[in-house]
Amino acid sequence: MRALRETAGAFGRAAGQFFAQVARLAGLARRTLYWTTIGAIRYERVRWGDTFVQMVRIGVNSLPIVSLIAFLVGLIIAMQSAYQLDRFGAVVYVADLVGVSLTRELGPLITAIIITGRSGSAIAAELGTMKVSEEIDALQTMAINPIAFLVVPRTLAMLIMLPCLTIVANFLGILGGLLLGVTQLGIPLSAYVKHTAEAILFKDIMTGLSKSVIFALIIALIGAYQGLDVKGGAEGVGKSTTRSVVTSIFLIILADVLFTAIFFSTF
Amino acid sequence: MVEKKPIIQIRRLTTSYGRHQILRGIDLDIYPDETFVILGRSGCGKSTLLRHLVGLEKPTGGSITIKGMDVVNADEHERAAILKKMGMLFQNGAMFNSMSVGENVALPLREHTPLDPATIQIMTRLKLELVGLSGFADYMPAQLSGGMRKRASLARALAMDPDILFCDEPSAGLDPIVAVGIDHLILRLKAAFKMCIVVVTHELASVFLIADRIALLDGGLVRFIGTRQEFTASTDPRVRQFLERRPDEDQIDPEMYVNSLLEND
Repeated sequence: MRALRETAGAFGRAAGQFFAQVARLAGLARRTLYWTTIGAIRYERVRWGDTFVQMVRIGVNSLPIVSLIAFLVGLIIAMQSAYQLDRFGAVVYVADLVGVSLTRELGPLITAIIITGRSGSAIAAELGTMKVSEEIDALQTMAINPIAFLVVPRTLAMLIMLPCLTIVANFLGILGGLLLGVTQLGIPLSAYVKHTAEAILFKDIMTGLSKSVIFALIIALIGAYQGLDVKGGAEGVGKSTTRSVVTSIFLIILADVLFTAIFFSTF
Repeated sequence: MVEKKPIIQIRRLTTSYGRHQILRGIDLDIYPDETFVILGRSGCGKSTLLRHLVGLEKPTGGSITIKGMDVVNADEHERAAILKKMGMLFQNGAMFNSMSVGENVALPLREHTPLDPATIQIMTRLKLELVGLSGFADYMPAQLSGGMRKRASLARALAMDPDILFCDEPSAGLDPIVAVGIDHLILRLKAAFKMCIVVVTHELASVFLIADRIALLDGGLVRFIGTRQEFTASTDPRVRQFLERRPDEDQIDPEMYVNSLLEND
């Protein structure tokens, strides 16, 4: 009986903490939205200079790694699908498969996961370190709102750059497939391009990009939330950074499932 | 003597974290152009009191009135107006590590004033000159020593020409010579700007150098309040203990001790 009560108690506390966290995260999202829109117009400006610095960090500096990984993923899908399609003598459909799977699914997803590891973690660690060294407190005593000053530029930069990176990833992934298709599978270049162009629908690209906007919001807000939530010293920063990556990736996959169910479900 | 109006009024201020009560009803009046030192041992609630004064934490009960405005219940924009005319020197400086010293000092001006960059640059240089750091504008905070970081932080706190300057343990972590340098700097600033300075510390040497009036906090209450002379002449046992640097006599309540061992959350 006592064990049962204790288990129920622990479960209740965990659930309570979970919902408290969700509420705090929602609060952060609300305030970020406020300072990006109404607050920015009414009291302060949006700090485009800071936003630009973040865009370079999140977007431009991630370009090589995102490109390379997307290219390799395109190559892998082409090899895997060719291995299957060869048995039906339909190797030319590699182009369709690579194009559709990248624009719909893998382009946005891989980009979001790379950026979570590269920039989401950086946001959490940077804000967390600022919290620990009282820099966030210092901002507040100077009447500078930390959300408007730190979170809004990072969120805006993420919202702008993640879709851009996704486009690049789509393109390079298709290029990877094309390279393999043309050189190894003997598909003529013109046929590969024609198949790709016919396979990819405008809807595929648009749903992929709208997904990447949602992913951007998840990465930026979870990173900022975990950073501002740091307690304790260096260890706290480390824990929060880890949690930001794990939570972001989980939520990205979850959002992807919902999105796919809404737009592509056949039942 | 003319009756002066206090710039900061604290009434029946209480704070508790969970079951643990930190402040148990603080009443204080702090006047403009005085250096007011809040003295106390570690954990007596003096840092918490300071965090309430600068609006970083909300007290559980009571009121704080700064320049006639209730800061506890002020909304974000009323509080921002008060904060712009206050400066805060943090214990570890709290410099923004991603910005140079000059950018740190310029930040409040850039954020809150319509001044053009050239004017801001001149004002930044003036403030750095004031704290003896001219020529260090392009250094990063990490390149400075502890004492210099505090001076730079002081320059940043003074950027908006505040009416009230709060200092949290200004000499903590500094060697005695650098620490006394900071104390002298505070004295010079007070003479030059005639502002109200509120210092939280446990350094007696620094207290006797800079304080006009002293409040001793003990167990979440104001144990003593008065001038330097009154402080040294006081017969209050806690004040004497502080002045004579006597350690606590170990008083263990046997019943409480047993209870603390048996307690489970």
